[in-house]
Amino acid sequence: MKTLAELLATHPFFRDFSPEHLELLSGCASQQRVDEGDFLFREGEVAKAFYVVRHGSIAVTAVTPHQGLVTIQTLGEGDVLGWSWLVKPYRWHFGARALEPTVVVGLDAACVRGKCDQDSKFGYEMMRRFAQVMASRLEATHLQLMNVYENRS
Amino acid sequence: MVPELYRVQRVRQETHDTFTLELRPQSGAARLTFKPGQFNMLYIFGTGEVPISVSGNPTGATLVHTTRAVGRVTHVMSRLRAGDVIGVRGPFGAPWPIDLARGHDLVIVAGGIGLPPLRPVIYHVLAHRGDYGRVVLLYGTRTPEDILFRAELERWRARFDLELHVTVDRGTPSWHGNVGVVTSLIPKAPFDARSAFAMICGPEVMIRFTAMELERRGVGTDHIYVSLERNMKCAVGFCGHCQFGPHFVCREGPVFAYDRVEDLVHRWEV
Ligand SMILES: Cc1cc2nc3c(=O)[nH]c(=O)nc-3n(C[C@H](O)[C@H](O)[C@H](O)COP(=O)(O)OP(=O)(O)OC[C@H]3O[C@@H](n4cnc5c(N)ncnc54)[C@H](O)[C@@H]3O)c2cc1C
Ligand code: FES
Repeated sequence: MKTLAELLATHPFFRDFSPEHLELLSGCASQQRVDEGDFLFREGEVAKAFYVVRHGSIAVTAVTPHQGLVTIQTLGEGDVLGWSWLVKPYRWHFGARALEPTVVVGLDAACVRGKCDQDSKFGYEMMRRFAQVMASRLEATHLQLMNVYENRS
Repeated sequence: MVPELYRVQRVRQETHDTFTLELRPQSGAARLTFKPGQFNMLYIFGTGEVPISVSGNPTGATLVHTTRAVGRVTHVMSRLRAGDVIGVRGPFGAPWPIDLARGHDLVIVAGGIGLPPLRPVIYHVLAHRGDYGRVVLLYGTRTPEDILFRAELERWRARFDLELHVTVDRGTPSWHGNVGVVTSLIPKAPFDARSAFAMICGPEVMIRFTAMELERRGVGTDHIYVSLERNMKCAVGFCGHCQFGPHFVCREGPVFAYDRVEDLVHRWEV
């Protein structure tokens, strides 16, 4: 069976991560199974972790005044889920629900933040990668807000 | 150039606002030939003329156009029925680089009504499948109801030699596919970024974000091709209506290598 460090090493998000940093991270990691339809977390809850998806798919959900629960994004194998663990007040901006039986590796937020504080090189590497996740999310929100398909121009 | 008369053989309603016309020359002669990416000027008598890309099979019997009703001419066009006659001038414009891309992986990214101008590329590639490496089609629309050519997409998805991913900006309870913008499909799509050719068609903002995401993935800007649309009148480089920076879109475009237009594209207002 693969160790958690080996599992993380195969995930695209941690591509080119050094073995020492993977080892450091794996101390905060645990594998989790989520049944179809179950929530990994709900909007507004304390963000105690972030997740990398190993198998299956996850719907990122938001509660809207008129339509109730809507899916704003779907994530699958190779994706990383969640950045609310990184910024105060550490509460989920969205919910996450499994669309099929799904396996994720959860990384404990307090543990990872602690290691970032202790090892600034590791911390920088994590921030660099999460900056990309947040930038992609921002770009996607930007595009969705513009409702680009509504008009040709 | 005088329009040639074409008779509507068939009308297909694709979605609530988009329809496909299958046309045949009224004279009984062979239809005009075109390269994937080229467009025709369709003249609706008494109303006006609009540029519309050919969306059909380059080797098919009829001339096929898929149009979204957005304004005066296209709304009148949406009321055409089998047997009606329209004028056709064309084909015009630079095609997609299907010859240059031979031997390479191909990433086709379409947004909304951007799929029809790319469909002839897909027909061509599937008819010459051995000429290309991996072929990936990424298609994004606003909602599941806006997905064009649904039955055909399902057939393509069943093939082992074409990787197809569809995503919608807004899911509905009955939609079990991807939700998210089309750019989100790029990081995981299976193609060799160092040598792949990319072809993008859709709203201008989508083109810009898609090109950026492809660049981030490592695709060279000289291997990214985009289709730009400008209002047109003459379609033959006379009137200047279609000008985009120093380019006349009707003659040099609508398909451009991204490295030629990148700076202009980034100056588009959001
Ligand atoms: C080379 C080329 C290929 C095209 N291929 C297709 C196609 O395959 N299918 C399709 O549905 N449409 C296509 N178009 C766009 C189509 O030509 C326009 O939607 C059409 O001219 C609108 O005419 P209208 O009289 O119905 O609308 P108008 O009353 O002229 O305008 C209605 C609205 O559409 C906008 N608009 C008009 N023309 C354009 C344009 N060219 N680009 C962006 N916005 C525009 C106007 O600003 C206005 O908001 C293409 C355009 C070009 C230049
Ligand atoms: S449409 Fe007249 S110059 Fe291009």
